[in-house]
Amino acid sequence: MKNNPLIFELERPGRKAYSLPDCDVPVSDMATLVPSEYLRKSEPALPEVSEVDVVRHYTNLSRRNHGVDSGFYPLGSCTMKYNPKINEDVSKLPGFTSIHPYQDESLVQGCLEILHHTGNMLKECTGMDAVSLQPAAGAHGELTGLMIIKAYHESRGDKNRNIIIVPDSAHGTNPASAAAAGFSVVEVKSNERGNVDIEALRSLMSDKVAGLMLTNPNTLGLFEEEIEEIAGMVHEAGGLLYYDGANANAIMGISRPGDMGFDVVHLNLHKTFGTPHGGGGPGAGPVGVKEKLAPFLPVPVVEYKDGKYCLDYDRPLSIGRVKSFYGNFSVVLKAYAYIKAIGAKGLKEASEGAVLNANYIMSKLKKHYDLPFDRKCMHEFVLSGRKQAANGVSTLDIAKRLLDFGYHPPTIYFPLIVKEALMIEPTETESRETLDGFIETMIQIAKEAEETPEKVKGAPYKTVVVRLDEAGAARNPVLRWRGKEDDICQ
Amino acid sequence: MKVIKNLKYSKDHEWVKVEGNKAYIGITDYAQHALGDIVFVELPETDTEISGGDAFAVVESVKAAADVYSPVSGVVLEVNEELLDAPERINEDPYESWIALIELSDPDEVEELMDAVEYEKFCSEED
Repeated sequence: MKNNPLIFELERPGRKAYSLPDCDVPVSDMATLVPSEYLRKSEPALPEVSEVDVVRHYTNLSRRNHGVDSGFYPLGSCTMKYNPKINEDVSKLPGFTSIHPYQDESLVQGCLEILHHTGNMLKECTGMDAVSLQPAAGAHGELTGLMIIKAYHESRGDKNRNIIIVPDSAHGTNPASAAAAGFSVVEVKSNERGNVDIEALRSLMSDKVAGLMLTNPNTLGLFEEEIEEIAGMVHEAGGLLYYDGANANAIMGISRPGDMGFDVVHLNLHKTFGTPHGGGGPGAGPVGVKEKLAPFLPVPVVEYKDGKYCLDYDRPLSIGRVKSFYGNFSVVLKAYAYIKAIGAKGLKEASEGAVLNANYIMSKLKKHYDLPFDRKCMHEFVLSGRKQAANGVSTLDIAKRLLDFGYHPPTIYFPLIVKEALMIEPTETESRETLDGFIETMIQIAKEAEETPEKVKGAPYKTVVVRLDEAGAARNPVLRWRGKEDDICQ
Repeated sequence: MKVIKNLKYSKDHEWVKVEGNKAYIGITDYAQHALGDIVFVELPETDTEISGGDAFAVVESVKAAADVYSPVSGVVLEVNEELLDAPERINEDPYESWIALIELSDPDEVEELMDAVEYEKFCSEED
């Protein structure tokens, strides 16, 4: 496959993709309309190309995407499940697309009802008492949840709680969100079973602890079995428990963060609830809280009063707005469609399928790759490329080689506590045939790593561009085309 | 993996080279190898006061961003600005590529660090 030229490289002077009619009003000189210092001195450096050049260029680029609609995408801790197309159909209904955010509440009762009902269903899924649909992503949900925790402690005059504890296996967003919310971050280590080390956690408890952030199942794909003891310990010290919902795809309809003792939860609708993921969003990271934290939720909150839905802004303890208008409405709508389409039973089956698929791949691959925590996993599991590394083949090489077989590689080098980590999450929507195809490929790569390591180290061979110089690109980034430097800079 | 005699080592894989009441701090060969190709280094500001165990610099590789912890307390006298333009120096020669020079406020802290033999043993247990 030949690399696509840039659209600037396709240009030939005089070619164009538009044809405007003659102007039928008097033409004024631009200099009489705009002060000369604001007028550009040269024509904009737009590529001169024909319509068919433009269409072919962008169509060819779009065909080089790899998404969950084009192939298997086993990216651990970032649930890349198939997004049912009915969600898209529903979100395009004109009753939803033709409204304006400033329309009177009485004219958008249907949309408010969707928000209210989705909130209720997410409360039911998580075991929480109140929910805000406003945060636009998971990390935004984390920041919102942590601001709520802070507001709660401060409202009680408990102003010295400035520590948030995170496990050493946590998503990087956890410590980052805690720091952004003004907390100090303290790490707690994992034990030999891949769970939070209870004694290490106990030693960190004090009246300075604002809360503990935990993902359950954690980023190793393992269930925190001692979660009740952990919750008791944190609550006893006066702290709160934050549930990072990135891995909620493993537990829907089976266990609920609210029942485990968590006080605040965020969910990623673009992971667990079948709305599109990646490409910069939009996403949605709703936050659920227990009753005592409800007064601190962002405004507005959708309420149902006297037979009507309304937006409640009168919440004096609220942390305020976290997003313009009412969150990413169409994303929430797609999640609503997803939940309604498959129902409570379907959600539970989705989680069961996700866990079953992950365990199936894990049990087939553990003979060929090192499995640092050899116990039943949840929706994902973490292998180590240590065996292959001994032969000079790194996990990066294995990931690159997968590209040659048409797979999006799994998450690599995360979580940080596993050397040469490969984190695999197949999700529930994949068939046995797809899983078997991936397993076969992984086994073949393990074999190549042993017999012909150079082959794996040189991969990929079949992609548009072959092995990239990632370090070179990061050290000396070239961020834009410089072919027409002089034109562009004027 | 290369370990140099006469340096002191921390459990977070930093090395300390003491000269009088000053100390150079960098990351070890084990650390640079674990991180892979280093593409960016964030240095502390001079005159910053740091306590032992504080994160005082960041090294970023194609794999991960990692905090560098100071094994000792003191004031930052000088930083190695060469690393800003040439972060790969840490990969090429980790023990020459010091990150910061610190004026020690508590020279006894150095005694608690590992020597080369202890550090080599520590690393073999990490693997």
